[in-house]
Amino acid sequence: MVRLLLLIIGVVLVNNFVLTRFLGICPFLGVSKRTETALGMGMAVIFVMTVASIVTWIIQRAILTPFGIEYLQTVTFILVIASLVQLVEMVIQKMSPVLYQALGIYLPLITTNCAVLGVAVLNIQRDFTFVETAMFGFGASLGFTLALVLFSGLRERIALADVPRVFQGTAIALITAGLLSLAFMGFSGLVK
Amino acid sequence: MLIAIFCLSGLGLLASLGLGFVAKRFAVEVDPRVEAVERLLHGINCGACGYPSCSQFARAVVEQGVSAVGCVACGEDTAMAIAEVMGVEAVLAEKKVAVVLCKGGRGESATKFSYRGVEDCKAAVIVSGGDKACPYGCLGLGTCKRVCPFDAVVISENGLTVIDTERCTGCGICVKECPKGVIQLVPAGKEVSILCHSTEKGAEVRKKCEVGCIACETCVRVCPFDAIFMEGSLAVLDHERCRVCGLCIVRCPTHTIEGRDRVFPRVEIMADTCSGCGICSMICPVNAIEGEKKEVHQVSGERCVGCLLCIDRCPKEAIRIKAPADSTLGVASQ
Repeated sequence: MVRLLLLIIGVVLVNNFVLTRFLGICPFLGVSKRTETALGMGMAVIFVMTVASIVTWIIQRAILTPFGIEYLQTVTFILVIASLVQLVEMVIQKMSPVLYQALGIYLPLITTNCAVLGVAVLNIQRDFTFVETAMFGFGASLGFTLALVLFSGLRERIALADVPRVFQGTAIALITAGLLSLAFMGFSGLVK
Repeated sequence: MLIAIFCLSGLGLLASLGLGFVAKRFAVEVDPRVEAVERLLHGINCGACGYPSCSQFARAVVEQGVSAVGCVACGEDTAMAIAEVMGVEAVLAEKKVAVVLCKGGRGESATKFSYRGVEDCKAAVIVSGGDKACPYGCLGLGTCKRVCPFDAVVISENGLTVIDTERCTGCGICVKECPKGVIQLVPAGKEVSILCHSTEKGAEVRKKCEVGCIACETCVRVCPFDAIFMEGSLAVLDHERCRVCGLCIVRCPTHTIEGRDRVFPRVEIMADTCSGCGICSMICPVNAIEGEKKEVHQVSGERCVGCLLCIDRCPKEAIRIKAPADSTLGVASQ
């Protein structure tokens, strides 16, 4: 239990996917202009990442390893993630129109989110058990959401500030992201 | 090699079968009209209709029979086209545009202090109502400019907000966002506006701003249609009654009243039909028509402000609008 907890804290704070591993930078910059949309994207990522971790782990253990075709890992995982996102989108649209509208366009965007593939691959590399995989996927997406929401809050304030012309727009956003990443370095050493 | 091919194609087949099954099983039927309506809308999701996005408005139009005129952003043509899709007749709403009821830029109005904070009206208002001495004045820090989905707001060099009436669709977002309440929606066809909404006493206004309404009531007296009335120390224009004659614009001593780039018409009397009854010269509010009884009357082009009162009253229908109107009142008043 303690191990699982440490695993989650580690992946949320210490080895944050966005700020330390630099995965999923595209949505991190793309949908962080408003906290509202950042939260929507975060929720969608939490859902997809957790499910994708579990499914890819099963496929790795049940198909790829027994047949000795581990080299097909990347292409298989992308196939799985893409169809999974599509599936989830269709099911949500039917089952819960409210949630579908809340997640909106962010759901299909996750198909190409490299953080999702990153989690799936890391799970296998680290030789996690099934429960650990689920927790790692959940924690990673939690860390992604945390970074995204924090960053969107900063950007909302920057939007009101008098930024020098040369830094306006993406430039100041990237500088802020760097500073945020530096701040997260303070967590290093928290979990071994 | 074979195993790899089989495994990958198997997985692909499985995924596509699964997706196909789910797509059939969980298919959500969408009214084709919703898509048709959505295509016609602008798709800028301004939210002025009361729905969060254009697609939701499209759905409301189809499913709940909401009038397509509710979309303020799209013009008459779009509303007509949508009505055609829906098989109903469109009842058009009057087009409105936003107007900033303040003319006192940095040059004309006094300031209380020098504001160096966040470049936003909402933030500036927190600091004792902004830096302008007049508590009603436009701060010109661009809160409205940032929210306008149509780029219709321009901040002039004078630090004053100006709305491009060509681009403005009257969605009213800036009206809601302005912390000073200085923006108002007015009928697009009624180009005259009193650009001040300060209810302070005339003397106070004069101290703070060169172009504010000082409650001299000249416009109230001069308006031939009783369209201007006093609300405390502020002249207010009733757009329903206003006939856009532009008389008040000429007479306002502080040049507070303005006509948005409208070309004010001039009239002329057709010599062959005029019977010289003299009705027009009696009712002309600016004494622009002269002539002896039973003689053909003449319009003085300099004095005529284009109120068109005479056209309505002439029993012989001998007065018409002179084409082309060569000068604008805005120019004439300066």
